[in-house]
Amino acid sequence: MFAIVGLIIGIALGIYLEPTLPTGLQPYLPIAIVAALDALFGGFRAYLERIFDDKVFVVSFTSNVLIAALIVWVGDQIGVGAQLSTAVVVVLGIRIFTNAAAIRRALFHA
Amino acid sequence: MPEPLTPDDPRPDDLPPVEPLDSDADPARVPSAPAAASDESPARDATPSGSDVARAPEPISWRELVRDFVKPGRAQVVFAAILLVCGLAVAMQVRTQTSETDYSTLRRADLVQLLDDLTAQSRQLESEIAELEATQRQLQSGVDSEQVAKEEAQRRLDVLAILGGTAPAQGPGVRITINDPQHKVTSELLLNTIEEMRDAGAEVIAINGTIRVVASTWFGPGPNGSLVVGGEQITRPITIDVLGDPHALTEATQFSGGLVSEVESSRIGGTVNIVADGKLTINAVVAPPSNRFAKPA
Repeated sequence: MFAIVGLIIGIALGIYLEPTLPTGLQPYLPIAIVAALDALFGGFRAYLERIFDDKVFVVSFTSNVLIAALIVWVGDQIGVGAQLSTAVVVVLGIRIFTNAAAIRRALFHA
Repeated sequence: MPEPLTPDDPRPDDLPPVEPLDSDADPARVPSAPAAASDESPARDATPSGSDVARAPEPISWRELVRDFVKPGRAQVVFAAILLVCGLAVAMQVRTQTSETDYSTLRRADLVQLLDDLTAQSRQLESEIAELEATQRQLQSGVDSEQVAKEEAQRRLDVLAILGGTAPAQGPGVRITINDPQHKVTSELLLNTIEEMRDAGAEVIAINGTIRVVASTWFGPGPNGSLVVGGEQITRPITIDVLGDPHALTEATQFSGGLVSEVESSRIGGTVNIVADGKLTINAVVAPPSNRFAKPA
């Protein structure tokens, strides 16, 4: 319940407060979002498998986001930013699918 | 989860240090999950569905899920906070995407790529423009030459229609009226008059306003001293409409031995009236005969 409320509040804040990110950070926001999605799916999967731990979850979420952004930033510095962001998105996408499959198996046994 | 694991519980997540992203349990690590599940089983026994949990890492059932959902624990608060941040980020990103009209947030490589694409596209479009303009010029000149050919054909048609007598004509000319009360004007005199008119530059000739004189028109005597022109009897007085230079045509009738002197001589005893007209219209036409044998070469 809190989860839904939190999601709605977050979207509402984003829409009505119109916060702006510093221009330098804007290219990394999409990557960070994908990493966060990965962490969310992973966390839900861990919850379904009864191995969820909120500390691990928070740390993994933060590090996921930061590392994804960092990889892309480093890529930008050495001139392969576009390729590295593609790579990160591909890897995180695969992980999201894997986690989604595990969630599906746990919930629907199928 | 109402009873989250305490941080010092041995968890499979903490075991492999090579994997920094811990929250997801990789399939490879699932075999070690029973340890965690069995560790928490004493706590689990307190829950209604505890009997299931004691055996194996049974996934959370729907009942538990719904219960956890309506009775939130600390885990869900954490989840809510993360979702809040996530929703905020997504909303920001979506807003930036939709409102993005400038390219300030793009990377330099992307901008260069964009510029290259646009340059190539504009080159392509320019060559397309040149091609289409060439086609347009080609078609334009085609239209022009067709127009010229059409005008030339129309001009020739007009000339030939007047020459062949198939079209009405108008222009400056003279109207010659021959009063011949004694019916003594002969077809030879009429033919000579026509020949004189042609000598003087007559372009269109019509007799009595109904008979167009063309190359095949013939003159002959009819019954009772009447005259036949082109197969039709003509009545007197005879009117000859001639298109041409009025002065030259008038002169051509008035020389000694010409039309006027012949008609007004005592032998014929008629009168000739010549009126110059700046705009004479001849409506008499001949039906063009269809050629049976001759074909255009």
